Amino acid sequence: MLSIMNLHAGINGKDILRGIDLEVRAGEVHAIMGPNGSGKSTLAQLLAGRDGYQVTAGSVRYLEQDLLTMPAEERARAGIFLAFQYPVEIPGVSNALFLKTALNSIRKQQGLSELDAMDFLQLLRDKMKLLRMDELLLPRAVNEGFSGGEKKRNEVLQMAVLEPKLAILDETDSGLDIDALKIVADGVNGMRDPQRAIVLVTHYQRLLEFIVPDVVHVLSQGRIVRSGKADLARELEQRGYGWVEEQHPARKAA
Amino acid sequence: MSTATRQLDELIGREYRHGFVTTLETDTVPRGLNEEVIRMISARKHEPHFMLEWRLKAFRHWFTMREPQWANIHHPPIDYQNISYYSAPRSGKDGPRSLSDLDPELLRTYEKLGIPLKEQEVLAGVAVDAVFDSVSVATTFKEKLAELGIIFCPFSEAVQKHPELVQQYLGSVVPYTDNFFATLNSAVFSDGSFCYIPPGVRCPMELSTYFRINERNTGQFERTLIIADKGAYVSYLEGCTAPMRDENQLHAAVVELVALEDAQIKYATVQNWYPGDKEGKGGIYNFVTKRGECRGANSHISWTRVETGSAITWKYPSVVLLGDNSVGEFYSVALTNHHQQADTGTKMTHVGRNTRSTVLSKGISAGYGQNTYRGLIKVLPGAENARNYTQCDSLLLGEQCGAHTMPYIEVRNPTAQVEHEASTSRIGEDQLFYCTQRGIAPEEAVSMIVSGFCKAVFQNLPMEFAVEAQKLLGVSLEGSTG
Ligand SMILES: Nc1ncnc2c1ncn2[C@@H]1O[C@H](COP(=O)(O)OP(=O)(O)O)[C@@H](O)[C@H]1O
Ligand SMILES: [Mg+2]
Repeated sequence: MLSIMNLHAGINGKDILRGIDLEVRAGEVHAIMGPNGSGKSTLAQLLAGRDGYQVTAGSVRYLEQDLLTMPAEERARAGIFLAFQYPVEIPGVSNALFLKTALNSIRKQQGLSELDAMDFLQLLRDKMKLLRMDELLLPRAVNEGFSGGEKKRNEVLQMAVLEPKLAILDETDSGLDIDALKIVADGVNGMRDPQRAIVLVTHYQRLLEFIVPDVVHVLSQGRIVRSGKADLARELEQRGYGWVEEQHPARKAA
Repeated sequence: MSTATRQLDELIGREYRHGFVTTLETDTVPRGLNEEVIRMISARKHEPHFMLEWRLKAFRHWFTMREPQWANIHHPPIDYQNISYYSAPRSGKDGPRSLSDLDPELLRTYEKLGIPLKEQEVLAGVAVDAVFDSVSVATTFKEKLAELGIIFCPFSEAVQKHPELVQQYLGSVVPYTDNFFATLNSAVFSDGSFCYIPPGVRCPMELSTYFRINERNTGQFERTLIIADKGAYVSYLEGCTAPMRDENQLHAAVVELVALEDAQIKYATVQNWYPGDKEGKGGIYNFVTKRGECRGANSHISWTRVETGSAITWKYPSVVLLGDNSVGEFYSVALTNHHQQADTGTKMTHVGRNTRSTVLSKGISAGYGQNTYRGLIKVLPGAENARNYTQCDSLLLGEQCGAHTMPYIEVRNPTAQVEHEASTSRIGEDQLFYCTQRGIAPEEAVSMIVSGFCKAVFQNLPMEFAVEAQKLLGVSLEGSTG
């Protein structure tokens, strides 16, 4: 589904990603772990189509398309979803309207009819129930005045409504207490599907106790320095990121 | 410039949609301004003597005045002798008696503008008066309103049929000596709308006037006078468009509102005059004096307006709060794009006790647009317990535009409470990316963000107008789920 080859990219003249190779197939759940500043968010946002990055080498293919030439809205309509590490506030625009506009934009691309207000509301209510979200968040402005946890849950709600093919979750676990974490994990697990791929970006392995990934990658200084099964995450937790970095001194020096 | 900023610039660089010219035979007086022209205007309109006298007094006074220079706007000097002060579509008789007398070309013009003049097609609950260049060409639903004793007609007709009301109220809120542009208007005004709601009557429909400047080199000087007698209620809407022309055209209107005891007037404007092209060529100079007087106790006047047009806007709808417990409100969205300049705001004068005023101003600047909010809150010594709350928010789209806030506060009563809040924000790439990442097209995203920014003002518009206002800003209506 997603195939990243030797991707080098930076911003404002600073090299951040320095040769990423990654292969994600439908049905898989990948976790990308790594210390702060290793380039996790950069990779996630670049895949989602944020402007301003300079790609200096490499390529990204997504469902037989050259992803890097597509504008963000086309990527979204082709099924790529990013749960933001820092969800953005949009004053005066209701959460419900925002999500309805998004859903209908995507449906239109797929040749489906627009959902009317009633059907949409029903869909929204069902998904919110699963995430145990308060319906009072619907008429409120997008993310405005939401608590940290509410913002993160709102991202997962959007994912559940938009039903992407490739979901990238950027530190959706950070700032959640254990109960909220379980709810979010249930929500994500409920989305696991043979047709869908999920990429979890996380700093801690805690989330991976609840969402067990097929593959774990460790990102360090813009490179994937190690990949393995779910138990790699646990090992990392015990030994710390220093452990993988020590194993790649040559790369570190580069 | 980043891609996001470029997109923003493209999005807001849209062409003006109402910029066509209608070919009609017109009766236009020669350019220039002198007593002869004023006598001619008054004679064409068969005005009673008191009107001519009033015009002449205004004209003589105007000659002693100079154009105001204090506003934050810049334009080449206006040659007042190079403007024609009266232009009317020529029809066989003195004026159209009913819609069927109208030139079909004119009806088509209004259709193109989306303003239906045929009564059966008029939006449910909206009576329309249409002013084309200088004269009022059609007033719909007149009979229905007359049954309630409501007078809603062209100003020139009111002068004929209700001279006592006109004489009593004309200039009672905005005297002919008020300011340069109001004085000019008093001398040369050609038509406009007149509205009187008798005591205790709640006007059952929205009253609406559409102004259109068509003729080249004409100025438009309309005059609107609305009186809500004791306990009356009226909601009034005003819309404006003009053709695209390279020259600047002058629009100097006066609107006077009078609310007696327990009366309420809601006045809404969606102003979409031609703003000039991308380089700042052409467009309407809009110098307007709008003032309401809450004369009676518990009276209430609110101004709501959405403005996207005009090359230059100079406009300060104000309320004088004379009656005890009276309420004045001002809700405003002003968008300046390309080289547009707006110096607008409001003036709330608290005279009576327990008077309250609210000001909510949303300025959007794009391109090279310059948007200035200028507001005066004045509390006189007798205004015990006066309250004002002012909030001014500015939204910037792009790097070259500007927003300026100039609040003036004069309080001469220690019991008064005056609050002012201001904010400036920029549509961020973060917001735009958040929307596009969800599949929303960039232009729709900008519309949505701008519309969200204006929401608190749109909520004060009647439904049909809110739709129009949002469309005007290129936005889609907030869904019923919101
Ligand atoms: N806009 C930017 N300009 C300059 N440096 C940036 C910018 N965005 C991110 N960086 C830098 O890139 C590196 C990777 O950041 P990021 O991808 O956010 O890491 P992570 O998500 O793994 O914590 C950091 O050193 C960060 O400071
Ligand atoms: Mg990050």
